[in-house]
Amino acid sequence: MSEQNAHAQHAEGKHAHHIVSPKTYALILLALLVGTATTVWASYVDLGIWNPVIALAIACTKATLVVLFFMHVKYSSKLTMLTVLAGIFMFLTLIGMTLADYISRAWGQW
Amino acid sequence: MPDSSAVEHGASVAAEHEEHPAYLRHHFESTEQQADATNFAMWLFLLTEIMFFGGLFTAYLIYRNWYYQAFVAASHQLSIPLGGFNTLLLIVSSFTMAMGVWCAETRRKSGLVLCLCMTLVLGLGFLGVKSVEYREKFEKHHVPSYHYSLNSFLDPDSDEAAKAAGDKPLPLDVARHTEVYFSLYFAMTGMHALHMIIGVGILVFMIFRAQAGAYTTGHVTFVENFGLYWHFVDIIWIFLFPLLYLISRH
Repeated sequence: MSEQNAHAQHAEGKHAHHIVSPKTYALILLALLVGTATTVWASYVDLGIWNPVIALAIACTKATLVVLFFMHVKYSSKLTMLTVLAGIFMFLTLIGMTLADYISRAWGQW
Repeated sequence: MPDSSAVEHGASVAAEHEEHPAYLRHHFESTEQQADATNFAMWLFLLTEIMFFGGLFTAYLIYRNWYYQAFVAASHQLSIPLGGFNTLLLIVSSFTMAMGVWCAETRRKSGLVLCLCMTLVLGLGFLGVKSVEYREKFEKHHVPSYHYSLNSFLDPDSDEAAKAAGDKPLPLDVARHTEVYFSLYFAMTGMHALHMIIGVGILVFMIFRAQAGAYTTGHVTFVENFGLYWHFVDIIWIFLFPLLYLISRH
């Protein structure tokens, strides 16, 4: 009885609990593995200043895939999405302000 | 039952009490609301974790800029094959964890136990490889301390890894800053490993609970939120691996 009830509530809820399929998970796993292989390969190629940029771009892409699919944010409520975005925004703001201070100091001139 | 629920539904309080699933706490109106609230709380916790690791990442960013040469030489001491293999283990463990959540949602008990066990084994594998890496650092005296050795950086030809990377000997004042790199290396990977150890502990607990059928009756919140934690730890490593191992190879 209670099991059926819970099931019905899942199905009829406002934003019903979305079950991500194993196929999606497998595709994301594949993408993550390709990303890892690419980033390792790219590290052996001399791209000068672009090496860290590419490594971070791949890392950000992988992290986004994990957040959206493994962590279900793509299928979550607006509240969850906003929370995640607020966190990323806060993090970037703090890093940005720290770096702004760092690069704008008159190092060694006092 | 809380007042709000009685007012809103106007239903018989006693009748409703009998109907709701046992895992619905009385201060929530529905399982839906309970799941949302718990999920939100988990994300708030993860945000504090982002800020926590964010501080370490920022420190790394600035010190790498400052002591660039020393950071490049010191990062050549890390093994890309070992780091890459660990990345592989962690990514696959994230997949098995996600599959565990799916098994819980679709009420597959043995599948859930299997997925959790695989996640546990992969997590332990990661920690095993990490300990091999740490051991090498101890043996080479690359752990920041009184016994820290600058040999690999003052005389790269005496060190296999430095020689393979084609490092030039660093002047003493520059070489000393490699200790800053290893301080950050141990702080960041150590904090990450601590999170893994805590995760492994919770996994063991969950495997026993899952075997008793705890998560396959429709109440998947615990598995789901642990999944969020595990994936978060995976994301931290996704950034640690390129930053510490990969970006200073040229």
